[in-house]
Amino acid sequence: MSTVHHGAMFDTDELVINMGPQHPSTHGVLRVVLRLDGEKVVDVDVIIGYLHRGIEKLSENRNWTQIILLTDRMDYVAAATNNVGYCETVEKMLQLEVPRRARYVRTILCELQRIASHCLWIGTHAMDIGAMTVFLYAFRERELILDLFEEFCGARLTYNSMRIGGLPLDIPPGWDKKVLEFCNIMDGKLDEYEGLLTHNRIWLERTKGIGVLTAAEAVDLGLSGPPLRGSGVPRDIRKDEPYAAYDEMEFDVPLGTVGDTYDRYLVRLEEFRQSLRIIRQATQGIPEGPIVGKVPRLIKPLAGETYHAIESPKGELGYFIVSDGKSTNPYRFRVRPPSFCNLQALRRMVKGHLVADVVALIGSLDVVLGEVDR
Amino acid sequence: MIDSFVIPLLKVVIVLNATLVGVTYMVLLERKVIAWAQSRLGPMRVGPYGVLQPIADAVKLMLKEDITPTRADKWVFTAAPIISMVPALIVYAVIPFGDKVHLFGRDISLYITDINVGLLYIVSVASVGVYGIILAGYSSNSKFPLLASLRASAQLISYEVAVTLTLVSVIMMAGTLSMVGIVRAQEAGHVWFGFLQPFAFAIFFIGGLAETNRAPFDLPEAEQELTGGFHTEYSGMRFALFFLAEYANMIVVSSVATTLFLGGWLAPFSHWLPFLNIVPGWIWFLIKSFVFLYIFIWVRATLPRYRYDQLMNIGWKVLIPLAIINLVVTGIIKVLLH
Repeated sequence: MSTVHHGAMFDTDELVINMGPQHPSTHGVLRVVLRLDGEKVVDVDVIIGYLHRGIEKLSENRNWTQIILLTDRMDYVAAATNNVGYCETVEKMLQLEVPRRARYVRTILCELQRIASHCLWIGTHAMDIGAMTVFLYAFRERELILDLFEEFCGARLTYNSMRIGGLPLDIPPGWDKKVLEFCNIMDGKLDEYEGLLTHNRIWLERTKGIGVLTAAEAVDLGLSGPPLRGSGVPRDIRKDEPYAAYDEMEFDVPLGTVGDTYDRYLVRLEEFRQSLRIIRQATQGIPEGPIVGKVPRLIKPLAGETYHAIESPKGELGYFIVSDGKSTNPYRFRVRPPSFCNLQALRRMVKGHLVADVVALIGSLDVVLGEVDR
Repeated sequence: MIDSFVIPLLKVVIVLNATLVGVTYMVLLERKVIAWAQSRLGPMRVGPYGVLQPIADAVKLMLKEDITPTRADKWVFTAAPIISMVPALIVYAVIPFGDKVHLFGRDISLYITDINVGLLYIVSVASVGVYGIILAGYSSNSKFPLLASLRASAQLISYEVAVTLTLVSVIMMAGTLSMVGIVRAQEAGHVWFGFLQPFAFAIFFIGGLAETNRAPFDLPEAEQELTGGFHTEYSGMRFALFFLAEYANMIVVSSVATTLFLGGWLAPFSHWLPFLNIVPGWIWFLIKSFVFLYIFIWVRATLPRYRYDQLMNIGWKVLIPLAIINLVVTGIIKVLLH
């Protein structure tokens, strides 16, 4: 413990506090070592690795289809998005044409997953700041999405919901109507969350001006997703490098202005609405046709490397895969997880703020430790 | 002998037991109300609609292992929960639950005692409770509780000032410090002090939230930041004492607010609506206190939590100046009216 000199008569000691890996607000097993001067955070050390399961290495010993199941376990609150990202990367390697119907369903699933993930974010973020009712409201709506997923693929958390070249199953009859019904319910519920938070004085005081990141800083730190857009950088892979059926969808990319916690909150809230807009368009326009493309019996991409990224709820989720062209498993499998890169910003954001802001900022970055450690 | 000894003793026993039962059921009420606010059911398993939940909780807490951390200061660690619980209970001595009733051929007053410095007694005894929290955090010899107890001491002392200043303006209105006297003054004036002193009422309520460590001022036990706050290291019955003390304090604040600002046991607008006097005074008192307790819970279900520096800002820069202005204005009006 070092001594800080403030030029005053008394020397004060820094207090080192260990937050996590078992702590209610570190969203899993994140460990944060805080150095405090009173309540003020002088420095913070972010320690990760408590949820490492070696997914990347495991993938090198599984065949191409088996890996889909492993990708579920990375960002486990948005498993379908992970599946889509991986399958599209392999499809890119195989130069496979995916039928339009499958691309539409993928879009719907990705956006439903974004809403589910954001529900979890708004709930836990508000809970960290002390508003506990929002948490239960958001989980109530997340439950509806899980029901939709259950009907589609039978699972509620780790879906394994994609296949290389398309979908494992066609959508069940009447499912699209239920999705539209959910959109109508969700519209009203969003106003409910907003009523509790957006103009709440305490919420404003707790989030405005906290953890400000300028656009340049956000780019330097390699952020992506809502934290980047909250700082006002117009970067959304769905728009810039469209995948699935996003090129046929109409939607806006919400941007923040200041780059504080409140802006990131507003960006994600608007993303809820844009996701609903996409889901409505996609559901009403699902074309008829096959659900799987012409996939070879034995998947064996040509030797070479491929990088493909999609916009997961947390940001840019990229897969870098090397194939040696001989074996039925990848030679090298590497994931660029958005949470891992976004977590870098925590140290920059926390400095000079108070202990209570640390949990607000972790919530504002919306990290999932399964994805950080893999 | 009976009047001077047996009856007061009986009253003490009844009030003490009623309070403790009330406190345990307060926990159930809170869980139920918050559950309804959050569209769920709350406790449902123990007894019909979970009505026996407090008993199950009490049994569980008593059977739990009572752990004292090795590095804790053992005597202080044991004393802290007691120091925080006892003041919360003895405050009830001066709270008037109702007027005199005629029972078994005797006139029995529905308060344990009416001392002429009742309000001063409440303020001074209630502030002793702070020591419990400070000592708990200090004696645990652990970092999170220490931070929490520092927060608690700063918070409680700041808000104590604002609350006490509002009490002074009530004393000026009533001209007495006796709790019964204050209710009598409202009876004589046909108007509750809550209507005459809306600012004092509001400040008292906000300060009351802060003094009982309730949301949005529940920083000393902010679970998300400090993993439980000052009682992190406590378990079993000693933890239960802190828990009970918090709820007992909520009931104290509600009862004091009822007495000072909502006319205590008086029926509402009894001057104009005399038929309301049929309902006994102590029922009115309970109803009014219940309304306060409900608002306490409601606030907790709705609002996020303030940050430490914001909390201090509100206390020192908003509430205390407002309370002082209110006090001065009250004085000026009082002088002008006479």
